[in-house]
Amino acid sequence: MRPRFSAGASLGVLGVVLCVGAGAAAPAPPRTDTELVIFEAASLKAAFGRIAETFERTHPGTKIVTNAAGSQELRAQIEHGAAADVFASADRKHMDALVGQGLIASSRVFTCNEPVLVVRAALAASIKTLSDLPRADRIVFGAPEVPIGAYTLQILRKAATKYGDDFATRVQAKVASRELNVRQVLAKVVLGEADAGVVYRSDALSAHGDVRIVSIPPELNVTAEYPIAVLKSAPHRQLAEQWVALVKSAAGAEALRAAGFSPCPGW
Amino acid sequence: MWSAALGTLSALLLLLVLLPVVALLVTASPRDLLRGLADPLVGPAVQLTLATTTLSLLAIVACGTPLAWLLAHRRTRRWRLVETLIQLPVVLPPAVAGVALLLAFGRRGLLGPLLGHAGIGLPFTTAAVVLAEVFVAAPFYVQPAIAAFRRLDPDLVLVARTLGASRPKVFFSVALPIARSALAGGAALSWARALGEFGATLMFAGNLGGRTQTLPLAIYTALESDLRTAQSLSIVLVVVAFGLLVAIRAGGRS
Repeated sequence: MRPRFSAGASLGVLGVVLCVGAGAAAPAPPRTDTELVIFEAASLKAAFGRIAETFERTHPGTKIVTNAAGSQELRAQIEHGAAADVFASADRKHMDALVGQGLIASSRVFTCNEPVLVVRAALAASIKTLSDLPRADRIVFGAPEVPIGAYTLQILRKAATKYGDDFATRVQAKVASRELNVRQVLAKVVLGEADAGVVYRSDALSAHGDVRIVSIPPELNVTAEYPIAVLKSAPHRQLAEQWVALVKSAAGAEALRAAGFSPCPGW
Repeated sequence: MWSAALGTLSALLLLLVLLPVVALLVTASPRDLLRGLADPLVGPAVQLTLATTTLSLLAIVACGTPLAWLLAHRRTRRWRLVETLIQLPVVLPPAVAGVALLLAFGRRGLLGPLLGHAGIGLPFTTAAVVLAEVFVAAPFYVQPAIAAFRRLDPDLVLVARTLGASRPKVFFSVALPIARSALAGGAALSWARALGEFGATLMFAGNLGGRTQTLPLAIYTALESDLRTAQSLSIVLVVVAFGLLVAIRAGGRS
């Protein structure tokens, strides 16, 4: 039998399905839960997901609603009046900007994240330390405008003191792309298009099977500090304080550690 | 009543489409604009964007016109299916389009080994930018071109043939001149889509100044550090696009 395919008919069916679907979705279900809105840096998604399960279990009637995006976007949304209770940022710059505008009273650093080298599995034998990086044919970094790219530049500057002045030049000569966020850097290495890149350990862990993780020597590395704060305009201030307390607790630290985050140096 | 309803609904849509563009233009002071234009991202990005979109438009017109001519005269189910398939890039989210291009032409993609043997590595090259632009923009030319060729009076073709014109002669001397205005409109739309192309390029070609960083990628890069630079770059994009669209449409009519 020939398939009875017609573009017009399928489009028509699709249209009907979409309209019915939209109609059915329109009346929102009655809300009984209190919704606590967490604005979180994209890298926190997995860890905060686990902490949210714990929070909802110990706070019946409360539902955690998360908005995960780049810290810069979250900051812009808060500046334009988004109704959030808690903001957890991947760097201090954006948090401090909100403090400066009087939208947040004060923030606390709650965890740290460490840049690592990720290497395409097939090259694991030839790139074993940061000093081997110039052996890669195609390297991807974050753009200098985004935090991971800025950290990468700092690491290269420090590495020059140990591996020679031309180290950074030899590495930069192999850079094939400066990606706009850390997930794009990781994706290029996972897909095998790039040989190596620099990402946070938390991102590297999420792709552990596909890439080899090479730690950067601590004396050459930098630390990304993650601050958290309750917004002054938080609709549920008390619950928000309890969320921050849970994130800072031993249970929160364990969820963060499992996702690749680490206690900050000096803690 | 009727004309009031028409007017109100039209005004609503115009407001929604035009107000953000107007806001983009009026909220930047001339000083912001000049400072933005002086940003080192701008020059190479504008050059690269004009070069790649010109190449992709040439490729789309060169291959898309024959395809549209074929599709316009084949009405079997199989050809109808081809006509639908060529439209798919329109609905694909740009980042997915980028991943799909990687899975096809990347180093580990379907054609990866073949290209590798020939010594060709597409990702992270300017060629990848052109490829991504052709992929997302081609449907915007092919569909209007099919419609234009279908509107052609069949008797006209018949008369030309009985007068002894060969099939290529009919295509070049009868069909193309009549369809010219519609083809130019499609080309303008297609070119505009290539000009704004962002997601597939970022995924497939990466982001390196002078090699793969087109204007939309430069704008997004600037957005990470300075909103004003991003805004003035966007104004450049809007002005360039508007100018070229007007020029192409005028060329199609004359």
